[in-house]
Amino acid sequence: MSWVELTAHELHEALKKKSVSAKELVNAFYARIESVEKGVRAYNTLTQKEALAQADRIDRAIARGETIGPLAGIPIALKDNLCIEGIRTTCSSKILDNYRPPYDATVVSHLKKAGAVFLGKTNMDEFAMGSSTENSAFEKTKNPWDLSRIPGGSSGGSAAAVAASEAAAALGSDTGGSIRQPAACCGVVGLKPTYGRVSRYGLVAFASSLDQIGPLTKDVTDTATLMNVIGGYDPSDSTSADLPMPDLTRALTRDVRGVRLGVPKEYFIEGMDPEVEASIGQAIETLKKLGAEVKEISLPHTEYAVATYYILATAEASSNLARYDGVRYGYRTPQARDLLEMYMKSRSEGFGPEVKRRIMLGTYALSSGYYDAYYKKAQQVRTLIKRDFDEAFKTVDVIVTPTAPTAAFRFGEKTADPLQMYLSDIFTISVNLAGIPAISLPGGFTKDGLPIGLQILGRAFDEERVLRVAYTYEQAAEFHKRRPSLS
Amino acid sequence: MKYEVVIGLEVHAQVFTESKIFCGCSTRFGQPPNSQTCPICLGHPGVLPVLNRKVVEQGIRMGLATHCKIAPYARFARKNYFYPDLPKGYQISMYELPLAEHGHVEIAVDGKLKKIGVTRIHMEEDAGKNLHEGIEAASHVDLNRAGVPLLETVSEPDLRSPEEAVAYLKKLREIFVYTGVSDADMEKGNFRCDANISLRRLGDPKFGTRAEVKNMNSFRFVQKALEYEIARQEKILEEGGKVVQETRLWDTKSGMTFSMRSKEEAHDYRYFPEPDLVPLTVDQKWIDEIAATLPELPEAKRRRFVSDYQIPEYDAVILTGSKALADFFEAAVKAYPKPKIVSNWVMGDLLRELNNENKEIDQAPIRPEQLGAMLKMIDAGTISGKIAKTVFEEMYRSGADLEKIVQEKGLVQVSDESALGGVIDEVMAANPNEVAGYRAGKEKLLGFFVGQVMKRSGGKANPGKLNELLKQKLQG
Repeated sequence: MSWVELTAHELHEALKKKSVSAKELVNAFYARIESVEKGVRAYNTLTQKEALAQADRIDRAIARGETIGPLAGIPIALKDNLCIEGIRTTCSSKILDNYRPPYDATVVSHLKKAGAVFLGKTNMDEFAMGSSTENSAFEKTKNPWDLSRIPGGSSGGSAAAVAASEAAAALGSDTGGSIRQPAACCGVVGLKPTYGRVSRYGLVAFASSLDQIGPLTKDVTDTATLMNVIGGYDPSDSTSADLPMPDLTRALTRDVRGVRLGVPKEYFIEGMDPEVEASIGQAIETLKKLGAEVKEISLPHTEYAVATYYILATAEASSNLARYDGVRYGYRTPQARDLLEMYMKSRSEGFGPEVKRRIMLGTYALSSGYYDAYYKKAQQVRTLIKRDFDEAFKTVDVIVTPTAPTAAFRFGEKTADPLQMYLSDIFTISVNLAGIPAISLPGGFTKDGLPIGLQILGRAFDEERVLRVAYTYEQAAEFHKRRPSLS
Repeated sequence: MKYEVVIGLEVHAQVFTESKIFCGCSTRFGQPPNSQTCPICLGHPGVLPVLNRKVVEQGIRMGLATHCKIAPYARFARKNYFYPDLPKGYQISMYELPLAEHGHVEIAVDGKLKKIGVTRIHMEEDAGKNLHEGIEAASHVDLNRAGVPLLETVSEPDLRSPEEAVAYLKKLREIFVYTGVSDADMEKGNFRCDANISLRRLGDPKFGTRAEVKNMNSFRFVQKALEYEIARQEKILEEGGKVVQETRLWDTKSGMTFSMRSKEEAHDYRYFPEPDLVPLTVDQKWIDEIAATLPELPEAKRRRFVSDYQIPEYDAVILTGSKALADFFEAAVKAYPKPKIVSNWVMGDLLRELNNENKEIDQAPIRPEQLGAMLKMIDAGTISGKIAKTVFEEMYRSGADLEKIVQEKGLVQVSDESALGGVIDEVMAANPNEVAGYRAGKEKLLGFFVGQVMKRSGGKANPGKLNELLKQKLQG
């Protein structure tokens, strides 16, 4: 096995033992990128110079005999909506094509301090709006398991980069499933932490009350390791929770005995892919054999989740994206005779069709005379959805569902009908509305060899139990060890 | 006039803080363009606001000073609109749940007190400034002011004349300054006012259609703009027309208001709760702590003046009209502890001089101690009450030392019997008929002699002494 195929914790052991240097790792990963990127197209921007400089710092620390942290020298990728000072950050949008942030996101500062090496910025649906990464203004990222299929979205670049071993791990962001659904499509692990667990400072906002940054990794252990570094209270984000951050790697024990597992009946819907249904059924059986108690539960407001989400998320987005006006940074139309024309042309030329659609939807939902019927109503339903989970968690400790109704679909399969695309997130969206944590991990493969995602949901700020159940399953099922054959 | 004027005011005051409301940038005024900015107030992608608690504290202080109920639970909201000086494309303000509500301030117009309701006070961020002058084919944006904290105070439509509106504004500004919440300097643009004004037929319970008037950046312009607007609306109504609901801009040069946008063109601000900030909870303990730091406010001061100094309510209302005036009065009383006499001089002579020159009390060339010393001189008989008027005017104009004026101008009262006696003798000799008349019983003629002696002595004769001596001599 080559270095690039190892997990972050395996690479950490190798660095500690000096079997490999941080510089050699960086070079190995860029060689890998060189060889597979033509097919996968996971990256928008590569940051080789900065990566080598950081690797050099880590190698010198190792040479000095310093103890290095678990992420020191580990090559990782960042979704292109996370700000790194001086590094192009586009959100895969023409409107930010040449934008270089003057500051680091909080998670980026944490990772820099931990010695992580940034390989580059990964492709995504424009402003994180989409479920296939087809909405990028730049490239189409391909699924490493089948290059004719989508990698999921919106963190498709990050998921594909990890699956294709173009990065040891990556960060993504999840507003309605944007970490978990691509993780499922690409056969990697992806965690959407509890809202408030990870600082959003420096994450380019899509929908502020739903957005969370989280890891995409090759296994659950790496997810815990990354979370330990990026999680915790940040005074720069008023919505971040002022709670102590537990060491999540300590939760990784192979033990689910007595854990009460809820299976929501509303999630096993008609139209679900039978292979997905079978795999998840199998996974539940596995957990049961390992000692978990399985219970059917009900989340009665599930059917309203997608509608609720598309009102709240678009309303917030319509306001969050107002700053892209061509005045201070980003794209400005070369031809405008007055202010209004500058606004209109810069924005119509700078944004892609899905972003425009959502800005219009959100603007409509907030408009005078419609606010009560849409935005306010949606907030009320959001409360009901949250209550469903509160009720459920009175009788169970975690909830198990599929991550997505199907495995990765083909390019263009759902682009014609935005509603069909929106339904890709049907199992992931409620989690964001409720603010709870959820992980997607490999839960099987279709007969065509496409990964299937298993989703585990937990109580707010109970990442420990979510990770423990995920880890126990992962170690028993061993789906995470499979790698796509790209070459 | 057949119409009643109905005015409500919205006042934006810059809160006195070191740093901006949602970032650490300085609020300093008059710095080079865009030098007081950071990624947060420039609205860069990914940044988040963090509320400056000092602004909340100041907001609560203002709420308490205007007798508002402080909300236990308040929430910021986004006000969405596009403008180059608004970096995020929305202003973080408050909408459904403001910081303070249901208060009032007392104003005095023609010596009468009136309560004006304060609907609400909320916090928000200021926008930047667009610069056009001296720039060819472009406009520049200065964002130093973007994110500077503001308090918006909205009044009830309780004001019935431009005079009341101005009195309310002055009182509000006074409270801002009294409490240290804002320096409320209109010239620096950190005390701005918009007015909603309408007319209705006397006795009509329904409000008429209102116009919103903006861009009045001095008390004088508020007065003028409202007067203009009353006349304009009255004319429309008199001619059987209808006032259009719209926003109008006051133009100082022409002295008129002009339509800026109609109701149809009005912005839909699409307010919604700010998801980047958690709702604000204010507990009673914090309110109590702030209340304990409040200085004495005008109303409390007025009550204290009446009870402690035994001066009429009318005097107290005027003397507490500004903190500087009240301080002047108290300092003068300290130097000369007869409050009513001090009050007469301050309200009469001093304010008249100041008003003539359109000056405020803090620009007065006379110190309260000087006034006190002068009043003492009257009591001591050194100068007469009449001469004191001259001395006061001289002090006011030249700012010269009291003693010096009295000495140099020879204003010292003549109490010396021999000196006075000589003048009386001269007057009696020159008016033998009147002397005879007095001695025949026409005692009213005493006044005539007093006048004559005063005239000859240049008003310097001590009146008490003079009366005494005159009677003596006239009786023979």
